Amino acid sequence: MRDSDQRSFDAVLWILAGLALVILTLPTLVVFLTSFTSGESLRFPPSGLSWRWYIELLDSDDLQDMALRSLKIAAAATGLAAILGASAALALCRNRRPWARAVDAFFMSPLIVPWIAIGLGILLLTSLAGLPLSIWTLIAGHTVVCTPFVLRTTIASLSQIDPALLQASTSLGASPFYGFRRVTLPLIAPGVAAGSFLAFIASFDNVPISLFLADARSPVLPIRLWQMIQADLDPRVASISAVIVAFTLLLMLVMERIAGLSRQLTR
Amino acid sequence: MEYADGAPSPAIAPALLPGSDVVRPKSRLRGAEWQLVVPLGLFYFVFLLAPLIVLALVSLFKDRSFSELSLVQYADFFSERLNLVILFDTLRLGLITTIVCLVLAFPLALAYFRVGRRLKPLLMFFIILPQLTSAVVRTFAWIVILGREGIIDRSLLALGLAPAGLLYTTSGVVLALTQIQLPLMTLPLIAGLARIDESLLEASQSLGAGAWRTFFKVTLPLTLPAVIAGSLLVFTTSISAFVTQSIIGGGRLTYMPKYIYDLAMGAQNWPFAAAAVMVLLATVLIAVTAFNRVGQASLRRIEG
Repeated sequence: MRDSDQRSFDAVLWILAGLALVILTLPTLVVFLTSFTSGESLRFPPSGLSWRWYIELLDSDDLQDMALRSLKIAAAATGLAAILGASAALALCRNRRPWARAVDAFFMSPLIVPWIAIGLGILLLTSLAGLPLSIWTLIAGHTVVCTPFVLRTTIASLSQIDPALLQASTSLGASPFYGFRRVTLPLIAPGVAAGSFLAFIASFDNVPISLFLADARSPVLPIRLWQMIQADLDPRVASISAVIVAFTLLLMLVMERIAGLSRQLTR
Repeated sequence: MEYADGAPSPAIAPALLPGSDVVRPKSRLRGAEWQLVVPLGLFYFVFLLAPLIVLALVSLFKDRSFSELSLVQYADFFSERLNLVILFDTLRLGLITTIVCLVLAFPLALAYFRVGRRLKPLLMFFIILPQLTSAVVRTFAWIVILGREGIIDRSLLALGLAPAGLLYTTSGVVLALTQIQLPLMTLPLIAGLARIDESLLEASQSLGAGAWRTFFKVTLPLTLPAVIAGSLLVFTTSISAFVTQSIIGGGRLTYMPKYIYDLAMGAQNWPFAAAAVMVLLATVLIAVTAFNRVGQASLRRIEG
């Protein structure tokens, strides 16, 4: 009786886990395979194999401009998020006072507040203040939603630090700043890096904020892709998607090597 | 050694005697750390709090001339049946996605602890993969999978079955959202399962409870805080998943985020769009409070 109980549990467990794995990985696989289609439409399996849509990409100056602009915005937003997020984490991580808990909840709120509300809110604020939209308002909007990623991973890695290490550094005569630079900083660096990686993707990929704040004269890549997918499924969507996925995978492997990305995310 | 003759060296004492007088100079510096919240605090005041306050204020005006205060936008929102249907559909979408994610994430998290040491990193890679790939890209892939020329329907046709036609349906949106949100549920569950004391599971099994009973009576209650944390993230991100909702839902299914976007940018009806945003925000806040209540109650049960 107990054997059959265990067996049915295991069967359900592995079937559902297998289904979950298919759902997790199938889309990425599909992006890669469809991008090599030689046909005019996107279908799976592709009607023939070719580099056609990649070559097409090399000739698409508009898409390249947008990609470059999105990369620049993501780099700026990630830099700001890393500085603002990591310093706030240093202030909050060991502080158990009620005001610190409240500030922590407020700082993390962009993870649950719908981004569309933040985008529309910033748009209304700037237009009521009579300011024009610019790349700076866009970067500011992205930074708002990117910072919690850095804050979360940095707080997680700070809370893992043994306080004795810092006490040892101070008791051996190190100044607090020296202790921070030589003890705290190296220990939290992987956490900051992992959070920055998530922040970078959240910005590079962002639609809801950019939709409100991107200036029509300087379009960004995700918005254009979003429009292309809705309009007529231009096959270049597949090749550019494959390039983005390949780029992210590469970055992900590098991050796993230098920062132990998966360990940072399960803390 | 200096401390042997009864005079603790100021250099060593802090490590030996935490809380003693010698620690004070250092803790005074430590006390200044709170000032590091100021930069982000100011930034969030201008670009997060102020925009949300502006939204709340704008929603209280009668029209775009901003001359007369009134609650007419909210009255309009709740008196039109269509608005309520959209709000209800959005909440239902969040709820269904959360349940589907939970049902799939638990086996996945349990499987993570059963596979061998060498397979673990690979499995973890697959679990975090969707979280790290572009939302637009993932959504595009689902069109290729779910569409009329897509993998699912063509396989069904090849088997002589009727096509499922999942694109532009709720099931299609749930499926695409599940892929994106599954990591948000699985990662907290893995962290939660790692904290369970193995001996509790062994005790349950040795006392005669089967695998199912052990799961529902021991494993699930002990991971409830992780379940709540994951559900909260999945629910709130699903109801505001603009890209997936607008592309997989298409023109046939409307959810709150796309509706708000159309109101604000298409109709340029700012007060009404702002009121719709406030309704969505209020819903999220209610959900967060409810999840936290349940979470705290479950924590008390485990610790008590």
